[in-house]
Amino acid sequence: MATTLTPDENALHSDLLLIEKVKAGDLSAFEQLMRQYDRQIFRIALHITQNREDAEDIVQDTFLKVFQKLDQFQGNSKFYTWLVRIAVNESLMRLRKRRSQKTVSMDEEIQTEEGPIPRDFADWMPNPEQNYNQSELADILRRAIQGLPPGFRTVFALRDIDGLSTEETAQALGLSVPAVKSRLLRARLQLRERLSRYFRVPTGVQPQ
Amino acid sequence: MNCTEFLANLTDYFDTKTAAALRSELERHMAGCSHCHVTLNTTRQTIEIYRNDELYELPESIRTQLQQAVLAKCAAMKKKKEPCA
Repeated sequence: MATTLTPDENALHSDLLLIEKVKAGDLSAFEQLMRQYDRQIFRIALHITQNREDAEDIVQDTFLKVFQKLDQFQGNSKFYTWLVRIAVNESLMRLRKRRSQKTVSMDEEIQTEEGPIPRDFADWMPNPEQNYNQSELADILRRAIQGLPPGFRTVFALRDIDGLSTEETAQALGLSVPAVKSRLLRARLQLRERLSRYFRVPTGVQPQ
Repeated sequence: MNCTEFLANLTDYFDTKTAAALRSELERHMAGCSHCHVTLNTTRQTIEIYRNDELYELPESIRTQLQQAVLAKCAAMKKKKEPCA
């Protein structure tokens, strides 16, 4: 009887097939894996490091490491989660080097001035992003996310932008599920607070 | 449910797996609390705006360069590993 696979199961299945081919010496299968995931890895690396050159290097280093370590991939977790974990570690190493400090990690205690309590309760304009041109909007979004601690913006990038589940995010970052949830809440609320300065309905105007 | 409890469960609200009972409790609170209503709506918009914006795209030309560089290094590594004929 034919079984129907979900898109997720299909991806999982095709990753495993490609991995087997790479292990058997097929480099074109590795090229396919890279084409499948390089954009996501770049985005994650850029979210963590906030530096394009570093993110490009991280894409290279991550895939080289994956190629070297592929024999260690047991297939217990999704290949993508394993890949993200390597990319996150590479990104944190870069960040540490740039800042020449030892304390950049996913586990560090994060202290920020902004707590998790929202302060701006103004409603936003309808489709507020349309009031800015593309480069202005990119600038607003970039500045808002740059102000978050690396541990917060990484969780936000994996969970909300990349679409990993809470469990997968926890696995990729080596964090507990409650830790991911708490960082995600703080990241979302801090970003919301920052964007609100640009997107709120001006005082005296009723939202439509 | 008060505002602090509402906030504590906000992350779960966006998760489609959240139990129906919790969702309806959150919605009941929101119906009578404009602050939490705005917080939820604008948080949802925050996520959507970031998700839709192609903020950190990898340009195709750089992508090709990176792929070629990685594959060349992999081929060299593979060659090194292969036993001499």
